[in-house]
Amino acid sequence: MLNKYDVSKLEHSPEIDALERRLGVDRREFLKLCAAMAGSMGLPAGAEAAIASAVAGSKRPSVIWLHFQECTGCTESLLRAEHPTLDKLILDVISLDYHETLFAAAGHQAEAARKAAMEANKGKYLLVVEGAIPTKDGGIYCKVGGQTAIEMLKECAAGAAAVVAIGSCASWGGMPSTGPNPTGSSSAGEVLGKKVVTIPGCPPNPYNFLSTVVHYLTFNKLPDVDDLGRPKFAYGRLVHENCERRAHFDAGRFAIEFGDEGHRKGYCLYKLGCKGPETYANCPTIGFNDVGEVSWPVGCGHPCIGCTEKGIGFTKPIHALAELKTVKPPVGYPRVDEERGTGATLAAAAALAAIAGAAAGATAKMVKNLGSNLQVEDQPAGKEKVKS
Amino acid sequence: MSIDRRQFLKGALAGGVAMTAASPTISEARENLTMPPKAMGLLYDSTLCIGCKACVAACKESNGMPPEFSSSVPDQLWDTPLDLSGKTKNVIKMYRNGSADHKDVEENGYAFMKHSCLHCVDPSCVSACPVSAMTKDPENGIVKYDEHDCIGCRYCVAACPYDIPRFQYDRPFPKIVKCELCRHLQTGENNTRFQYSACASVCPTGATLYGPTEELKAEANRRLALKAGSETSYPRGKIGGKDSYQGKVGNYIQHLYGDKELGGTQVLKLSAVSFEKLGMRTLPERSFASVSETMQHSLYGYLITPLVVLGGLAIAAKRNVRDDDSSDQA
Repeated sequence: MLNKYDVSKLEHSPEIDALERRLGVDRREFLKLCAAMAGSMGLPAGAEAAIASAVAGSKRPSVIWLHFQECTGCTESLLRAEHPTLDKLILDVISLDYHETLFAAAGHQAEAARKAAMEANKGKYLLVVEGAIPTKDGGIYCKVGGQTAIEMLKECAAGAAAVVAIGSCASWGGMPSTGPNPTGSSSAGEVLGKKVVTIPGCPPNPYNFLSTVVHYLTFNKLPDVDDLGRPKFAYGRLVHENCERRAHFDAGRFAIEFGDEGHRKGYCLYKLGCKGPETYANCPTIGFNDVGEVSWPVGCGHPCIGCTEKGIGFTKPIHALAELKTVKPPVGYPRVDEERGTGATLAAAAALAAIAGAAAGATAKMVKNLGSNLQVEDQPAGKEKVKS
Repeated sequence: MSIDRRQFLKGALAGGVAMTAASPTISEARENLTMPPKAMGLLYDSTLCIGCKACVAACKESNGMPPEFSSSVPDQLWDTPLDLSGKTKNVIKMYRNGSADHKDVEENGYAFMKHSCLHCVDPSCVSACPVSAMTKDPENGIVKYDEHDCIGCRYCVAACPYDIPRFQYDRPFPKIVKCELCRHLQTGENNTRFQYSACASVCPTGATLYGPTEELKAEANRRLALKAGSETSYPRGKIGGKDSYQGKVGNYIQHLYGDKELGGTQVLKLSAVSFEKLGMRTLPERSFASVSETMQHSLYGYLITPLVVLGGLAIAAKRNVRDDDSSDQA
């Protein structure tokens, strides 16, 4: 399917020309970004051209972005994606028809815009949910424009092509749902009663979200997800598996307290409560803020708190020891009953049998001769015969 | 040929003397040895072990052992010992059953076990050693090995009921290799990052804990008395140290391995999976060393058995010898 796309053909594409003018990004930067997104999703060669074509094309899907019980950290994280002009790209490539933080409009005007967009793009728009939804007492603890969060979410989800929950709050309840949870905070999936794509994290890495949206734009479907709705390209592995400090863990070099020698030398933070061994996320490989791969909590010396993982982030004490969520021990581990050496080979057995046979034959012969010699010794005449 | 009366009476007399001399030693069976006053050891808790093998790496670093490459891993990049050997004193072994989904479960589960010297209170290797290469420290009870005294007979390898000492078959001047509880660190003059047993000092979960055996026993019994699934504080590194953390209590088998086995060991083990399945044999309370030494000392007490046997042989030989002179004359 991707064979028809070729990056070299985009060189003089009028669509890319138009994009250059529209976004003010140069062609090179734009293609680099598309390639990076294809790479982060693990897509095959040709996908970057497909993404470039889709983004440069005039599809511009309508996006409605809802905010509930949240801190807007997810939006802030997204705005700080520092790839050149990425903020422009995401705002111009998609048609962001409703976003409370980024809206110029206000009040009834904003609500009217949302309703209009929903009507115009029925069944085609992408719904992004940020923040948990309070369900206690009829959901009265979060209202926007006189509507409860539950009503608003259900209304918007009804006509949406796909629902994406961004951040831990929308994905599994996040911090608001941590006990005692006075407002009955729930995730978007729980309120809608169906599986939605989730991008957990506090905040999530913007590229995990962007890649998911771009995948949708390019292939008209959402990427492969696990049983919790998390895209597999980003949440398929434990933080521990890709951690740059993993070698220290394997060698038993641990920081014992903040500021000690091990901590200053960049040793493993497991003993300080790092939740990497029980948290699924791609933080160590992708990093934050485009300043290199050490730009993430463990990279700057703080243990992972497991913000993406339900039951870990905001639930388990930050410095409590993590459980190691290795699926099963590798087969290469020594077994209790390790065999030693190998059995006898056929050649070895044959050689041994030949030697044993020869020895038995020689012994038999010797015993026989022994008797005859004794006889000879018994006869003095015979003895002389032997001597002569 | 018939034995003459004089010869027979001489033989009978010698036998009687031998029996009288031997009888008191037979009645004195040797008891198990007792724990040295300042016995040091380890407590290995299989339910806390996460199989990170940091202890295996640290053991090699502390003891200056070379890496070992197993045949199952084609590239010689990682130290991958499969068993104790002339290059490995400590190894974490895996029990695996069926789909191996859950830790510390026998059916379709997995568990880990540390294999290294248990530092027996009454060690078979020390008993079997014909020279004084393998000795037990009278103070801290560490079973020590001295390469200068060793004659390479490998009796200790055969004698150990836990299959611990190994011989360096691939060296021109081979030594016996076994854990000596990092006693080289006790000299105080070392440039390593370890202050006590390397395996315990690096263990991230306190699965291997260093300390006086009596205190380790008390800690183990405390854990055995706790309710499975409840929370408790686990010390890390060495007992009585500053480092500890809160963890879940494992579903322990009510058995402290090393408490009674062969008269006890200074290294103790706890587990949720049966010890037999983790390669730790079921053993009697009486030490093999005491049994074998009782037998040996009875048989060879005052050299009576050799005297009796040699006497018997001499009589038999005397009886069967032809008188050459008499036959010549005949």
